[in-house]
Formats: sequence, C-alpha cells, structure tokens
Amino acid sequence: MSNKYDTVIGLEVHVQLKTDSKMFCSCKNKYGAEPNTLVCPVCMGYPGAMPVPNRKAIEKTIIAGMMCSCKIPNFSKFDRKSYFYPDMAKNYQISQYDLPFCEHGKMHIYGNGFSGNKLDEKDIGITRIHLEEDAAKSTHFSNYSGIDYNKGGIPLMEIVSEPDITTADEAYAYLTALKQVIQYGNIGDCDMEKGQLRCDVNISLKPCGRKEFGTKIELKNLNSFRAVHRAIDYEIIRQAEILDEGGSMNQETRGWNDDKGITYLMRTKESAHDYRYFPEPDLLPVIFADEDISELRKNVPELPEAKKARFVEAHALTHFDAQVLTSEKTIADFFDAGVVLTKTPKLLANWIISELLRELSDANIGIADSKITPKSLAEMIELINKKIISGKIAKTVFSEMFKTGKAPADIVKEKGLVQVTDESVIEEFVDKAIAENPSQVEEYKGGKKAVLQYFVGQVMKLSRGKANPQAVIKLIKEKLD
Amino acid sequence: MTKNKTMETPVIDVGYVAKLAKLELDPLSMDKFQKDMESIVEYVNLLGELDLKGIEPTAHPFVSSNAWREDVAKESFSRDVMLSNAPDILDDELIRVPQVISGEEDI
Amino acid sequence: MKNNLNKMTLCDVSDLLISGEITSSELCSLYLSRTKKMEPKIQAFLKVDEDEILRQASASDKRRGEGKPLSRFDGIPISLKDVINAKGEQCTCGSKILETYNSVYDATVTERLRNKGLVLFGRNNMDEFAMGSSCENSAYFSTKNPWDISRVPGGSSGGSAAAVSAGEVPASLGSDTGGSVRQPAAFCGVVGLKPTYGRVSRYGLVAYASSLDQIGPITRDVKDSAVLLDIISGCDPKDSTTLPDSKISFEEIVNASGDDLSGLRIGLPKEYFEVDGLDKDIKFSVDKTIEKLKSLGAKMVDVSLPHTKYAIAAYYVIATAEASANLARFDGVRYGKRTEGYNDLNELYSRSRGEGFGEEVKRRILLGTFVLSSGYYDAYYLKAQKVRTLVKNDFDEAFKKCDIIFSPVTPTPAFEIGGITDPVQMYLADIYTISVNLAGNCAISVPADILKESNLPVGVQFLGPAFGEDKILKVAKVFEENRDIKEFIPEVKYV
Repeated sequence: MSNKYDTVIGLEVHVQLKTDSKMFCSCKNKYGAEPNTLVCPVCMGYPGAMPVPNRKAIEKTIIAGMMCSCKIPNFSKFDRKSYFYPDMAKNYQISQYDLPFCEHGKMHIYGNGFSGNKLDEKDIGITRIHLEEDAAKSTHFSNYSGIDYNKGGIPLMEIVSEPDITTADEAYAYLTALKQVIQYGNIGDCDMEKGQLRCDVNISLKPCGRKEFGTKIELKNLNSFRAVHRAIDYEIIRQAEILDEGGSMNQETRGWNDDKGITYLMRTKESAHDYRYFPEPDLLPVIFADEDISELRKNVPELPEAKKARFVEAHALTHFDAQVLTSEKTIADFFDAGVVLTKTPKLLANWIISELLRELSDANIGIADSKITPKSLAEMIELINKKIISGKIAKTVFSEMFKTGKAPADIVKEKGLVQVTDESVIEEFVDKAIAENPSQVEEYKGGKKAVLQYFVGQVMKLSRGKANPQAVIKLIKEKLD
Repeated sequence: MTKNKTMETPVIDVGYVAKLAKLELDPLSMDKFQKDMESIVEYVNLLGELDLKGIEPTAHPFVSSNAWREDVAKESFSRDVMLSNAPDILDDELIRVPQVISGEEDI
Repeated sequence: MKNNLNKMTLCDVSDLLISGEITSSELCSLYLSRTKKMEPKIQAFLKVDEDEILRQASASDKRRGEGKPLSRFDGIPISLKDVINAKGEQCTCGSKILETYNSVYDATVTERLRNKGLVLFGRNNMDEFAMGSSCENSAYFSTKNPWDISRVPGGSSGGSAAAVSAGEVPASLGSDTGGSVRQPAAFCGVVGLKPTYGRVSRYGLVAYASSLDQIGPITRDVKDSAVLLDIISGCDPKDSTTLPDSKISFEEIVNASGDDLSGLRIGLPKEYFEVDGLDKDIKFSVDKTIEKLKSLGAKMVDVSLPHTKYAIAAYYVIATAEASANLARFDGVRYGKRTEGYNDLNELYSRSRGEGFGEEVKRRILLGTFVLSSGYYDAYYLKAQKVRTLVKNDFDEAFKKCDIIFSPVTPTPAFEIGGITDPVQMYLADIYTISVNLAGNCAISVPADILKESNLPVGVQFLGPAFGEDKILKVAKVFEENRDIKEFIPEVKYV
C-alpha cells in the first residue's frame, strides 16, 4: 500500500428505526410482509394525502444523537427533497435539510481492527443525524421493475460522519461502534440483510500532507461491514495506482461487486442533483425547550463502555469477559437479569460466553430466541454451587435446557442426575473400584499418581457419572495413600 | 419602504426547467412557454424592490409546532384497493415500471 | 317548491325535510331534474351519478323514517369541487391526468358531511388543479356564468359557484388558495367563505399550495355558510396544520348577529381603492355598500396595507413552488393516466405529465420548479416568504385600528369567456383576494349589487383577522339582511 497518499473517508449510514408504525402514516413498520399490503394513501402518495410525523421516531433519533454526544438544537424542521423516482411515491422525500435533529457528535473507536492490526484510538466526528422516510423497494426483472411500497415511509435515520476516517479498519470499527450504540438505544435492529442498516462510503486520496481534499468517489451497494472493509482497501489501491500514473479522478459513483471483489463505475456525477429543498409546508416545525431535551436525556440507556466498566467493577469480571458480554445489548441484558439470581457472576459469565453463545451460533439464532432464560441459567448455576450437580453433569442439563426450555431442576429430577455426595455411598463405589483393579492400585502405590484419574473414571462409571468428583478424589486418596 | 434596484431577469432555460420537472413540452409551444416564463419572472422581480433585511420568512401562517402522532400501527388499506388505480400491475402484487437501476436516481 | 328550488337555502330545505313536507328522494329528484335542464347551458358538473345520489337519498329517508336522522341536514344534497376526495367517486381535479382515477378514501370534510347525512350530489368543474380564475383551464370544458352564459363563472371553484347560483344544488364545497371560492362567488352572485388557515382539514383535498389552500363553503346566504363551517371545521389528527376546535358555533353567531353594526369599526385600505383597473361600476357598487354599512351604524376607518402591490408576486412564487412539488406525484405510475408510448422511465414520466397537464398547470409547474432551483431559492422563494411576513404584518397592524376590513372582491365583473388571454393580466385580477391567503386570515364574499346594464352581480368582501370568522359572519349577515337587493337569482336563458 502506497505511503504517498492520505486517505480521506466519510461514511453515510442509513438506519431504519424500530417503531411500530411508519414515519408519516400509521401503516405497520414490518419487514417481510406480502408486497403492497402495508400501504395507504399517505405512503403511496395518493392525491390529497397528508403526512403526520411519528413522535417516537423523532425521540429515537434524538436519543441516538445524545448517545453519540451530539448537540440537540431547540428548533428543527422537515424539508421536501425533490427527485423523480418510482420508489419515491410523491417524487419528493420528506427529509431534513439545514436544521436536522442532531449535530456535531462523535463516535470513539479503539482496540483491534478487523484486519487484526491495532487501531489508532480516536474520535470519529459525526456531522449530523437527521430523520427522513425510506423509499419503496424495487425488484428487477428482465426489462422492467416491480415496486413494493411496504418499505416506503419507514422512518430512516441518516448519520453522516466527518471525513475523519483514514483506513478500512477505522471504517469497520466506526460501523461496529455505531451499530452497538443503535442497538443499545433500542433505536434499530441494524440487520443489514433486511436493509435495516445501509452504508455508503465517500473516499478520496490526496498527496500526504496536502490540506486540500482530492476528488470524492462514492461507493454504494455495500451489503455488509466486511464488504465496506474490502471495498475501501480495494479502492485505495485502485485510486493510488491512477494517481501514481499521473491520472486524475472524476467525481463518480462506484458500485461494489462482492463476488469479483472490485468496484465498478455506476455513474459519473457531472453536476450535483438539484433537489430544490424547501421547508415542508404540511408539517409544523419541531421545537424542544431545554427542559424537554433534559427530559429526553433521561431515556438514554447506559452506554456500552459504561456497562463494561460496571461489569468489571461490580462483578469482578475480566475485561475480556465484560467485552464479550457487552458486545450486544441483548447479551448484556441477559447477564444483568441472571446475575441478580446467582452468587457467582463469574460462573454465569463463563456459561454464557463459552456455552450459550456457542450453542446460539450453531443453531443460528439470537439470544432473544433462546429457550434458556437468565432465570433458568442462574438456577442451573445455583445447582452447581449447591453441589447438586457437577459441572460435567451440568453440561448435559444445559444441553437439554437449550433444546427444550425446561427448568434445570425438572431435568435433573427426570433424568435422575442428582449428584451423589453422600460419602458412604461413594465409599462403596471407591472400594469396588479398588477391589476390581489391583494392578492399577499397584501402579499408583508405585508412584504413578496419574493413575488416580483412572480410578476417578472407574468410580464415575460405577456411579453412572453422579458421584461428586471432589469427594471421589478425596476418598480415593484416603484409601490409597 | 426603501426601493432597491429591481432584480435583473435571470436567463431562463425553459428546456432545462422542463427536464427538472419531467414535463415533455411540445417543441412548437417551447417558445410560448419561454416567453410566458420570462414575462412572469419579470413581473415577480417586483419583489426585489423591497428592503427585506431582518425580516423572517413565513413558512406557516401561524406560529405553532410539535404536531405529531403516537407510534401506533393501524390497519393498512387492502392491496386490491391500493392497486386498483395502477396502470400496470405485475403478478397482482407489484406496480410495474420500466427498469429501475438500484440506487440510481438520475434518470 | 319546484319553482322555488333555486331560491332555497340549506336551512329552508332542512325545515321541509323535518316537517315531512318532502322526502330526501323527492328533493334530490327535483334537484336532479333541474340540473338536467341547466347543465346543457351551465356545465357546472363534471359528473352527476343519479343512481348513487338517489341511493344516498333513499338511505336518508330510511333513517328519518326510523326517527334516526343523522342531523337536521340529513338528506340534503351538496356538491363537491372535483378536487375533494370522496371514496368511490372520481376526483379529476379538472385534469386529464386524473381522468381514470377513482378515490379510495374520503377527505375529512367528506366524512364530516356524510356523518351528518348530507347527500353527495355530483362533482363540480374547476380550473385544472385549482390553477385559474375563470374555469377556462378545465381540461374538459368551460363552465358558464348563469347570469350570462357568454361569461366566465370565475375560478377555480367556478363549477361550484355556478351550480349554487343556478339552483342545481343549495350549497357546494370549493377550495380557496388565492381567492378561488370568493371570486367565483362574487361573479355568480352567491356567498363564498375562506376560513382561517387550519380551520378546515385539508386531508383529502388535492393540494395545490399547501400553505395557502383552504376548503370553503359556497352557499346562497350567510347563514348557510356558517352552518357548513360548523359541520366541516375542526381539528383533524390527519392534518398537522389544523387548529384546535372552535369553541363557538358559527351558526349561533349568525343567529345572534342583531340588526345593526353600531360600534363596528370597518377598515378601508387605501391601496385597494387606488387600484388601476378597478372598474368604475364596481367602485360605484362598493361605494354604495359603504354608505349602507355606515347607515347601519358602522364607522369607517382609513387603514393602509402598504405591501398590497407585492402580494401577487409573492403569491405566485410561493404557490407555484409548493405546487411544483405537490404535483410531482402525478406521474402515471401508481394511478391516473400513463402515456402509451414510452421506452424508459424518463419518457414514462415526461410524456404522461406532458400529455396529462394543461397549459396553465405546466406554466405554474415550470415557474415553481424554476424559483426553487439551484441558485434561485434566495432570490425568489425566500424573498417571497419574507414579503409574506410583511403582508401578514400589514393586516395585524390594520386590525389594531379596526375590527374588520372591507374591500371589493374583483376589479371587474365577470369577464367574457376567452376575454383574458395574458396570464399576467389574469393574475393581477387576484389583487383583493390573494393577500388573505398569504396572511392565513379569513374572508367572506357576499353579493351586494347587480349592475344595471350588464345584469351582472357584484360582490363585496369582509376580511377578518385570523380566527375572526365570528366577526365577518356577523357583519356579512347584517349587511345581507339590510342590503337593497334582496335576492340574487340569475335568469338562466333558454331553460
């Protein structure tokens, strides 16, 4: 990679808000419904229809802004952005032009980048966050397209970053941090496959040290964070090569072809699109007094960083554990719900991190769909703590819980998995094992301490796995030493 | 009321404006539209006479704000009804138009 | 009854229905047969669905028969300008581009009329998309003035005004953006009210200029106007720009208006009476009216609306800008007429719109697009919105010195069809009505006089402050009761 150039990257992220209804009408905000069944005169741009804004969408946008340290202005308004396109029912989009809901924020990035290299810890500036309505969905056929207006009118937040990003790793980290914040704030689900989060990249190169930015190239059709990463890496090389040969860049929009791993020309931007913005006459401005803004601030949830610190301090978890548990709010919530029901947060954390997340990943479901609940997992851990089951048995119980959602106590009872802790009972098994394996006794007495495991195995076999391992070891040692 | 110099009539390209507005104009009437536009714009240039320093624009007649609705989903209109006016439908469920290129706005 | 149909008000007809003297079916049949007779000459309607009208009338009779009328006005026919959505009916807006469009929902005002049991009687002709002052811009045909069928009824609610004037319906709902209810009312000798902006919901009114449009009643007398205002006005959650409900009944205001105007201060804006082109006959009638108002005890006060001459320019910038965006949705994609020959999306749009829109609409879309386009926003749109502030302030200042303002409605009486071809000349005739829309205030146009030679009616206008419908209805009522000419009934020839 050439060191002659500075890379300047800005990201434009569109996020669908998680609301029950659309932005300007009461149609359901839902993915995957039958085409054109969640529509009405308003979102289909019928004559005489009028928009009415969704209050929750406005609030969620402001909370998103607060979570990104944005300034929330007292006066805000909607504007009409005119352009003709079949996915825009009115041939104008209700958006925000010069007075958006949030301005001048930032997103902190740190740690390791997607490529594995360490990131420069820094703040990426957020220029603005504004609220608008999403476009309809077009499906392409041979030489025509079909439009489904279900998606049209869904509340959409546009987050514009400052051109502070300089590498693919930084872009990836910014997107990850942003997604985490949005999910934490219960603002959006950010499922890129469902179109709930979209990202466009603006990238340019300039000779190192020069103040003036180079020609901006826009990258579109990036369907995952990984695609963003790959596209940026590719584009930096492509642009550098052109500049090296003395060529120059034209302002253009390029698409990313994920299969081929290349960007391709979509269209050149000879002139900026004339959107003819003007204030939306059908909507009144939005005015928040300072007190209103303070009230809204109370709804801002605990940020990921703060939550992580709390887990480390309050529950003596390691940074790594806290990091994994807070990577998604749903996992953190799961932990929070369970930790009040158990005396051993560390054990709970382990089970979530090593077992639950793995099982969920294998089954390809989210923690929200898990049949194991914080309560049931905590109960299972208490069974371990009370030595009713061993850690090993717990694995069986856990598996069953994951499959069936049954309570651990019920599973233990049904399968007769109660651990045997009665030493007199265990002693019988130990005596039997010793009696049946004289040569191993000899080996042990001869100094081969490792043979202990053999005896433990034998006792476990005789007790059908139910003997408490610590007691077994203790008794064997007593008898043989 | 101080009077400023009336604004200069800008160069209006009716063909360009018609393109922005997606209006196909009959070439025979282009001239008339061009003349009409120029004459109307010349008339509205009257606004340039006024000193508007310090005057706030009025977007809505009455100072009011924060008209919104609660986030409650209601039943939508039926698909049959909403597509009943469509000139061209695909599979009884989509509105058909000539090919639209994904993400392409400039047409 | 049949011979008096063209004189009957909503309240008159209501009395007959309540007393049982007539049923709704009989009533609507009478109006239908009168309409059939008038229409060849007047052409006020784009559509009259006889079966549907009689079906609604029959339903009304059934309700009344069961003792469950929805209101005093259950069963009375009222027509709608073809720009207000009524589910299942056409809504062409006087345009070819919506020739095939069938409404899928009721406008809020339509719903309110239905809730009171009124019968929706036909769709009135209008200037295309409410752009015009003569009804000559309808893509279908021109409506004629019942007083002289060689003349225009005014516009854009020309069909509504002509229908009421000719006695085809007792009342109609039109829309007023720059005078489109008041001016045709004046040309046709009927009453036209533009409510305060936000008083009546615009949900379901096909938008022309969103910050200026208001639906307004066109009626035979002032009381009917108040009655309809009570029915159609009110806060609407579907329209963010509506005002809170009025705490007063406008009908009650009219009923309690008294006999005279003592104590009332009436402002006479000097700029209005200095207008070049104010027809001398109109001036004469207006002066006569001023004398009458004085005789009723009102005090005339000189006021000034210094930015009057800039109002038309500001209006045409703002209205066309908003219209250019409001009419962008008419593209042949989801409803309305799609062009036959297109190879790509651009042609689909441009040809559907090119073929579907008339000349005046195209002109205004072009102007509106231009004033919003890159580089011109500040010079035109922003400037116009600032001038709007000045116009509004003019009224606020004037209303400190007077209770209501009095003015002509139009500088000339109804002109001949084809009489004005220069667009700017047509625009200049809006001088008395347009400022009210810019300010968002209310105003009512009331017939005052009939010109001797031409036998054409002359209207006068009472302008009120914002939320001042009570004031203007009161003075309009007292004037109406006491004016010299009692009835304004056109003699429609060859009937």
